[in-house]
Amino acid sequence: MRPLTSVLIVESSEIIAEGLRVLLEEAGGFNVLAPMHDTTMLEERLPAIRPDVLIVNPTLLSTTPRLQLANIMSAYPTMPVMALVYQYVEASLMSKFRFAIDIRVNRSMLAAQIKEALGAMSDAQVPVEHSENYELSDRETDVLVLVAKGMSSKEIADTLNISIHTVNTHRKNITHKTGIRSVAGLAVYAMINNLME
Amino acid sequence: MKEKVFTEKMKMADVIAANHNVIMLLTRFGIPLGFGEKSVMEVCAANGVPVDFMLLICNVYTFNDYLPDIDELSTTDMSMLVPYLKASHKYYMHERLPHIEVHLHHIADKVGGRCGDILKRFYSDFRTEIEEHFRCEEENDFPNLERMQRGERVSASTATHFEKSHGGLVDKMNDLTQIVYKYLPGNELPEETMELIFDILQLSADIQKHALIEEKILIPYVEWMERSMK
Repeated sequence: MRPLTSVLIVESSEIIAEGLRVLLEEAGGFNVLAPMHDTTMLEERLPAIRPDVLIVNPTLLSTTPRLQLANIMSAYPTMPVMALVYQYVEASLMSKFRFAIDIRVNRSMLAAQIKEALGAMSDAQVPVEHSENYELSDRETDVLVLVAKGMSSKEIADTLNISIHTVNTHRKNITHKTGIRSVAGLAVYAMINNLME
Repeated sequence: MKEKVFTEKMKMADVIAANHNVIMLLTRFGIPLGFGEKSVMEVCAANGVPVDFMLLICNVYTFNDYLPDIDELSTTDMSMLVPYLKASHKYYMHERLPHIEVHLHHIADKVGGRCGDILKRFYSDFRTEIEEHFRCEEENDFPNLERMQRGERVSASTATHFEKSHGGLVDKMNDLTQIVYKYLPGNELPEETMELIFDILQLSADIQKHALIEEKILIPYVEWMERSMK
């Protein structure tokens, strides 16, 4: 049996949150977690909750200006962050989201909207390596040396003639393999390992 | 969450038994050891420390998911916020960072050559960055905050000025430990190296709590003062 997709709903209206929970559970395949009613503690709680899908009412974001949705998206690259839409939402708020779930549409479409978002996330992923191989590949070493020289991802992409997205994936793999996160730390790693001429 | 936090009626010794890291907070509040069986409330009263603020900090250091909301902040005596943060800075700058540097240099000298030099330079850049961060807060942000606490108006939006990340500093401390125990060649001082790593990890954990206090308590508090002054 496939594991259930866990869904965290952040919605101020209990009725809406509860309604969406019932609809998704009827559709099957979803485990709807206890909802949060505002975004103030969202960033702090996510590491403990780790839902597969995050559904947020965009209007709540205007009450917590410090919350950077983009940070959450990059910290959880496989978790789609979906706007919960049932009323007019300002375009500037909507533009922060890549996906939306519109509960005004046909209710049979809700599960499909979530599955589509999950699918899009896994397609977009150039696999972040979690294999047994912790040695840097040749390409990763090329990228590391350029990072250590102080180049931006854009400059590295231009130098190696690859997309900026690919550069960022290499950088993620480098950090995953070495455990080193800062540019200064990567420069030390490159020098200690005699990768810099 | 509220049910498991420390309260003013608890014995100070029990708070420390629950989390020994509270001991290092006492100096920052100017509370001497030797308080016997006194409660947190009694110890604070004897030393002129606002008990609600002291508990707030102890709770943040102890319970990972504890964060006061604005209702709690607005009724807490925050007069010691700036003195507390300055005392923390002093502890990091004049005690922990020099202590770590002595041991790091010792280890780097034993390793010698280019690797030793690279390691020393990484640490010296890190130390400059963190000291600059503290200096900037003490020269600009804290005086502004104290002016607001006295009810004076402060020109530009102070809260937005406070908004700065500590993530880079924490990342560099992590990197330092990784480099020291994974990649440093020919290290002949394993015991001293292990102690060094524990010292860095301890400082890193402390600074993460310090960052949490600035980002999730100080900034909302400043924003609240700004709103209520309008």
